[in-house]
Amino acid sequence: MPLANARAICPQLTVFDADEAADAAALNAIADACDRFTPLVALDGPHGLFLDITGCVHLFGGEAAMMRLVCERLTAQGFAVSAAIAGTAVCARALTRQLHGRIVRDGGEADAVRPLPVSALGADAAITGGLRRAGLKTIGDVAARAPHEITARFGADFTCLLQQALGQGDAPISPRKPLPDYIVEKRFAEPVATAAVISATLSGLAQMLVAAMAQQGKGARRLQACFFRTDGAVRAIAVDTGQPVTRAEVIDRLFAERLEALSDPLDPGFGFDLIRLSAGRTEIVVQQQRDLDANVHDNDELAALIDRIAARIGGRRVVVHLPQDSHIPERAMLAAPAQQHLAAAMLAAWPSRVEGEPPLRPLRLFERPEQIKVIAEVPDGPPARFVWRRASHAVVRAEGPERVAMEWWRCQGEMLTRDYFRVEDEAGLRFWLYRDGLYDREIVQQQGVAVQPNWFMHGLFA
Amino acid sequence: MNGARVSTLATLRGRIGRIESAGDATTPARVALGHAEADAALQGGLATGAIHEVFAAAGRQAAAATGFVAGLAARAGGRRPLLWVRQDFAEVESGALSISGLGELGLDPRALVTVRAADADTALRTAADALACDALGTVVLEVWGQARQLDLVASRRLTLAAQLSGVTGLLLRVAAEPQPSTAETRWIVGAAHSPPAAAFSPWGAPVFDAQLVRNRHGPVGRWIMEWKCDECLFDQPAAYPRPVAAAPAHRPHQAPARAPQRRAG
Repeated sequence: MPLANARAICPQLTVFDADEAADAAALNAIADACDRFTPLVALDGPHGLFLDITGCVHLFGGEAAMMRLVCERLTAQGFAVSAAIAGTAVCARALTRQLHGRIVRDGGEADAVRPLPVSALGADAAITGGLRRAGLKTIGDVAARAPHEITARFGADFTCLLQQALGQGDAPISPRKPLPDYIVEKRFAEPVATAAVISATLSGLAQMLVAAMAQQGKGARRLQACFFRTDGAVRAIAVDTGQPVTRAEVIDRLFAERLEALSDPLDPGFGFDLIRLSAGRTEIVVQQQRDLDANVHDNDELAALIDRIAARIGGRRVVVHLPQDSHIPERAMLAAPAQQHLAAAMLAAWPSRVEGEPPLRPLRLFERPEQIKVIAEVPDGPPARFVWRRASHAVVRAEGPERVAMEWWRCQGEMLTRDYFRVEDEAGLRFWLYRDGLYDREIVQQQGVAVQPNWFMHGLFA
Repeated sequence: MNGARVSTLATLRGRIGRIESAGDATTPARVALGHAEADAALQGGLATGAIHEVFAAAGRQAAAATGFVAGLAARAGGRRPLLWVRQDFAEVESGALSISGLGELGLDPRALVTVRAADADTALRTAADALACDALGTVVLEVWGQARQLDLVASRRLTLAAQLSGVTGLLLRVAAEPQPSTAETRWIVGAAHSPPAAAFSPWGAPVFDAQLVRNRHGPVGRWIMEWKCDECLFDQPAAYPRPVAAAPAHRPHQAPARAPQRRAG
């Protein structure tokens, strides 16, 4: 209906622009809140949700009670809700389009959807229009035709949809979040808000989780605590560990670190009425023999320390170093997150130093080489004097060049060969600098004018 | 009255002596640095399970101070893991720690774990945590600039953690002025000239002009120290013609009450 017609019918009409992003965000928030009923929640845009309640119903006192609970919670927040329970997702969706609160028994799908109009199927507007023009008003009318006729006219997808609505086939929903391996949760009759209760609850949950995992010899690599507020907001806090965790105290301590370091602290609002702890990724724990040599124990302690630091400041800020097969100084080393790569880093093979030689690589390396001004006695010789960070240095000793060619098989643009020099200035400071480009080959005269090469400061020796 | 004052002083001295000896009981372990004079001043070597501060003599001496800290860490930590806590800004200002450079100094890059802390607060907190973990050999805390967080309280906390676990803590401070702290030793380090050598002979081994300006259990001093990359210890440079300024005679060291007094030579 055009807006002008609507205004003519109802002059007091208030008009808003559609805000699809806000709608999607609201739907996501509702889906978060529905996580409390089942871990399998799927979005059905633009305004629907699928909840797979297989195996969860008894926790809420039956299907009818569960549906009432879901609807009450959402209605209390000001949403208009239409819900249905059926054996297939498409059947349930078709029912919600027409009437609220239907619960279809197994095998009763076909009877339930037959009287519904074809628009309830949620097919394309073209298909719905086509069906109506063909005189097929209800789903029962369509189902009465031979399937090959429907397929020939409206495509196999629609036939499939129709069969699912009639309960003759089923397609799995695609949940928003992967199903965690273990879930433990605690519900509160009265919402809780104090930090003491929250941490005590987490401790209790951690013990339950560890007990559940221990039965199958598992340890958690990724843990998530979800805090469900009474007003529907959900806060999820995840912690990753480098080694499988099998002790409740460790889980406790990791979450204590994480909660303390949150940039926006946990806001209990009017209180949490459900706290859930889940192990998203688990591994089989290999029990290691503790020998008198404390090496194994030390490695465990180091891994635990890394986990704690990572929980507080983020896993990417705790790094170990892996050698790379490259002769370019800045590419010779890769910083990798310590939680995942600690074992690899401990076994890495680094190039060994040359005995009797002074250090040939600087101790501190600038990520971006800094440009310097250089005076050299001979064009391709070492510098005699240079200016770095506005301070002038006279070179007393120099060694070089050490020529480093760029990796032509990797870089796209033209990269110049570098000539590195190790120099010491009159104050005893030792530097590593390089000239970008080779004379006469890469730095050539342009229209008879000599081009000055660029010099860079790349590192500092101890 | 005079007698009463003397007895008060004696009581106080006795009390301080008891406090200090209680602290001493937990920190007996020392590792020799290799430099004979420095070891003598340090009563046998660098105390492990304590905090040592290394200041760069100037902003551009950051690399020299880093090299000195790496040397101390190698001596104190042995083959145990080294945790290097670094403030992000230090990397911008004085360059990132190069692992191949660390390997060239004779340290084992496999034993290094780096923590990149966003600010001084986080770095301090992380270092305090790490010092409590006895699986580590050494913890290096690198902070750029005059951080007000590193006050006497923070320093005391670090010292206590180090004493309990036996992990050695090294503070690397660049562009900062020394403040009161509970550190065992405090060094001001700059680069020194490479010793003169014949043409075409290798030069450029790390040589430091190390000034020990605070030593809780011995005299202070100033030495030219060379880090021997192959042997992994400090030593006197082979031939060093320039005389080194003697330690100031007017600054007595703070020795424990029971130890015999020694003057810096």
